[in-house]
Amino acid sequence: MTYDVAVIGAGIVGSAIARELAGSHLSVALVEARSDVGDGTSKANTAILHTGFDATPGTLESRLVARGYHLLGEYAAATGIPVERTGAVLVAWNDEELAALPGLKQKAEDNGYHECELVEADEVYALVPALGPGALGGLRVPGESIVCTWTTNLALATDAKRRGAVVLTGHRVGSVTAGEQHTTLHTSGGDIEASWVVNAAGLGADHLDSAWGHRRFTVTPRRGELFVFDKLARPLVPLIVLPVPTSRGKGVLVSPTIYGNVMLGPTAEDLTDRTATGTSEAGFEFLLAKGESLMPRLLEEEVTASYAGLRAAIDRPDYLIDVDPADRYLLVGGIRSTGLTSGMAVAEHVVGLLTEAGMDCRLRPDLPPPPQMPNIGQAGVRPFQDAARIDADPAYGSVVCFCERVTAGEIRDALASDLPPADLDGLRRRTRAMNGRCQGFYCGAAVVACLERSMAPGEGDGRG
Amino acid sequence: MADRQVEVLIVGGGPAGLACASAMAASGDVLVVEREQRAGGIPRHSDHTGYGLRDRHRLQTGPAYAEACRSAALDAGATLLEGAMVTDWTGEREVAVTAPTGRLTVRANAVVLATGARERPRSARRIPGDRPDGVLTTGQLQNLVHLHHRTVGGTAVVVGGELVSWSAVLTLREAGCRTVAMVTPHPRAEAYAAFRWAGRVALRVPVLGHSDVVRIDGRDRVSSVVVRDRGTGAERVVRCDTVVTTGDWIPDHELARTGGLDLDRGTLGPAVDAGLRTSAAGVFAVGNLLHPVDTADVAALDGVHAAAAIRDWLDTGAVRRGVHLVAERPLRWVSPQYVEPGGAAPARQRLLSWTDSLVRRPVVEAVQDDIVVGRFRPWWPAAPGRVFRISSRILDAVDPAGGEVTVRLA
Repeated sequence: MTYDVAVIGAGIVGSAIARELAGSHLSVALVEARSDVGDGTSKANTAILHTGFDATPGTLESRLVARGYHLLGEYAAATGIPVERTGAVLVAWNDEELAALPGLKQKAEDNGYHECELVEADEVYALVPALGPGALGGLRVPGESIVCTWTTNLALATDAKRRGAVVLTGHRVGSVTAGEQHTTLHTSGGDIEASWVVNAAGLGADHLDSAWGHRRFTVTPRRGELFVFDKLARPLVPLIVLPVPTSRGKGVLVSPTIYGNVMLGPTAEDLTDRTATGTSEAGFEFLLAKGESLMPRLLEEEVTASYAGLRAAIDRPDYLIDVDPADRYLLVGGIRSTGLTSGMAVAEHVVGLLTEAGMDCRLRPDLPPPPQMPNIGQAGVRPFQDAARIDADPAYGSVVCFCERVTAGEIRDALASDLPPADLDGLRRRTRAMNGRCQGFYCGAAVVACLERSMAPGEGDGRG
Repeated sequence: MADRQVEVLIVGGGPAGLACASAMAASGDVLVVEREQRAGGIPRHSDHTGYGLRDRHRLQTGPAYAEACRSAALDAGATLLEGAMVTDWTGEREVAVTAPTGRLTVRANAVVLATGARERPRSARRIPGDRPDGVLTTGQLQNLVHLHHRTVGGTAVVVGGELVSWSAVLTLREAGCRTVAMVTPHPRAEAYAAFRWAGRVALRVPVLGHSDVVRIDGRDRVSSVVVRDRGTGAERVVRCDTVVTTGDWIPDHELARTGGLDLDRGTLGPAVDAGLRTSAAGVFAVGNLLHPVDTADVAALDGVHAAAAIRDWLDTGAVRRGVHLVAERPLRWVSPQYVEPGGAAPARQRLLSWTDSLVRRPVVEAVQDDIVVGRFRPWWPAAPGRVFRISSRILDAVDPAGGEVTVRLA
């Protein structure tokens, strides 16, 4: 068949666009190179729901982040995507940073965010008593929140699918043939024909863009390494502690995670290899040195995980969203880490551009309700705590992953969901199984067994 | 109001918890809560011999030993709640439990923590590199091979030079995976002779001493590791498809910490007295939660030993007491941390400790208020990678009214 629209890339942005378009009468394919949705840059970011207070005023990014903050906040409430309204504080450690705070407050005002508040050093320590010595002052940003990036991506893609989008994982676009009426995407999973193509390919967006003859931007993979500390460290970090950006570059942040841990990072290292998600000795040393001054007490806690994510940095200061009606092609490029927050607003913007280009994107009246996502956040009630749920279904009382308290019922549900995991990592992102402090010492074999029972026979073992 | 009231609640049904249950069941209502599907603990996963010598006076395989511990507790009259997990404290000596039969609170007159220890996985050891499949802890390896009868790769690098590291080598061999290198930070000469022999001759494992694995490479599956010599800084690439991180134990101390128990900075487990009382009244701790890690039989004997102090608490309300013991480098920790001169001796009349470097002919000294009050010359070395046991007689001359006692190697 020929789809009305093919959206390439099932990260947060692509999934949000596919969801929005699938709510109309258009037929939509969501085309993903990897075997699962949300398996690229979207899975490894700092998972902050940004107010957009520090965006560059007047940019598209500023507008879409501010809009996306509200859209995703509302969508999270409707679907059960875990969000914790922790707030944030930027902490100044030297005179230059201290001097920059009033300017940042003004910038927030210019971005339409009016809740920021300058605070003295003693108030900073009252907010975060475990902070290392030497803080000179801070700027409170009460609206900054933490969110589950994995559930966000899954909710959007699940919603897209229930609205009728066809989710095609394992379809890596190799080349493109433009025709008069439709474009053919030649993918690793076969050809896909569509009238319109939306390029939301993240790290690969510039390469794909060149298939339409463009040379307008370059994606530089910027590696960010992160440490995730044990849940026992969580009381040390009641809110997001942000660095003050200055001429000397950005520092690292310390943040609670939605799963009840503490995150330290990220590093920022521009690379050329778009698959280099390994961690490095230098990165670890940098983070440990930063952590030592930011919060020495944190380093006494165990590291539960370390990982590296690649942000799709581009060589221009704003998002690059551009429609090309003649080729029936739309580029969504340069959506940096703010894309988690802005994704739904980007989708809204894209639909506006397509409507201007003559497509009928009006919503159908008979849309399915938004999906109800399982709560994998630490703050809400999880199945293992839910007496009524366990009474109704004993599988929710059978804890398989002890560290993260993931039950057999949740694993079963994930495997039977609209978008089941393709592998162990996919199961981890849907349930938190094996993401805890033991990293599979106790449950690894049992979790693998659950996964394999649900799939065709294959090989596999634990992942460290 | 708790859903269930018991005399003694034991959290954790490994050798220590089960032995404690066996010892206590005759004098009251004892409930053991075990989060795995069947009680027995870590030995259940270790399908080789070497268990039970000190407590059951026979050598058994891990699973047979685990089963014997479980049967003994049941025969003594203890109740086992298996596949059930204690998740939180809901009050003093009261906890919340999740089980397929429901969510319930259990209140006890005495609580015994027997939650054991785990190996630090690759992430906690902060080994950088790619994150491919094929990186396991010994626990996960044994689980896969022994309980789930799975294969692993063909060539493995074992990280660590502890007793358990050789257990990993044996399990790998059973699974048809050859250990191409064992990497340990300890200088080559410091590995114990018996194991050096075992490694080189019986198991033919090259030991790379004084070295660390500093990177893991591989996209989907491990392809190699980089090993760096601590002295020269020289690096070499060792090709393998499996990496097993072994030892480097940390107690499973979550409940101890969330319960506000006073922890020892060396063991990271609860600080206890000779009777295995923690800082919380009526809360006890036994097994490898206290001394990560000693052998299963020693853990089990803790469980038996704690029974006297538990009865004492139930009868008289006696709480933790004694003079504080502290370890001095190279000793990382000493357990128990409080001993009452003239009072009850610790389990097996031994202090347990851990050394970070080899001392072949150690002389252990107990020093109180700058005076050496006791000396002990064992015929065994203080060797890294396993518990170093010290006769508690070394404390006989400690002054109950004096200051803290330092335990050191002279």
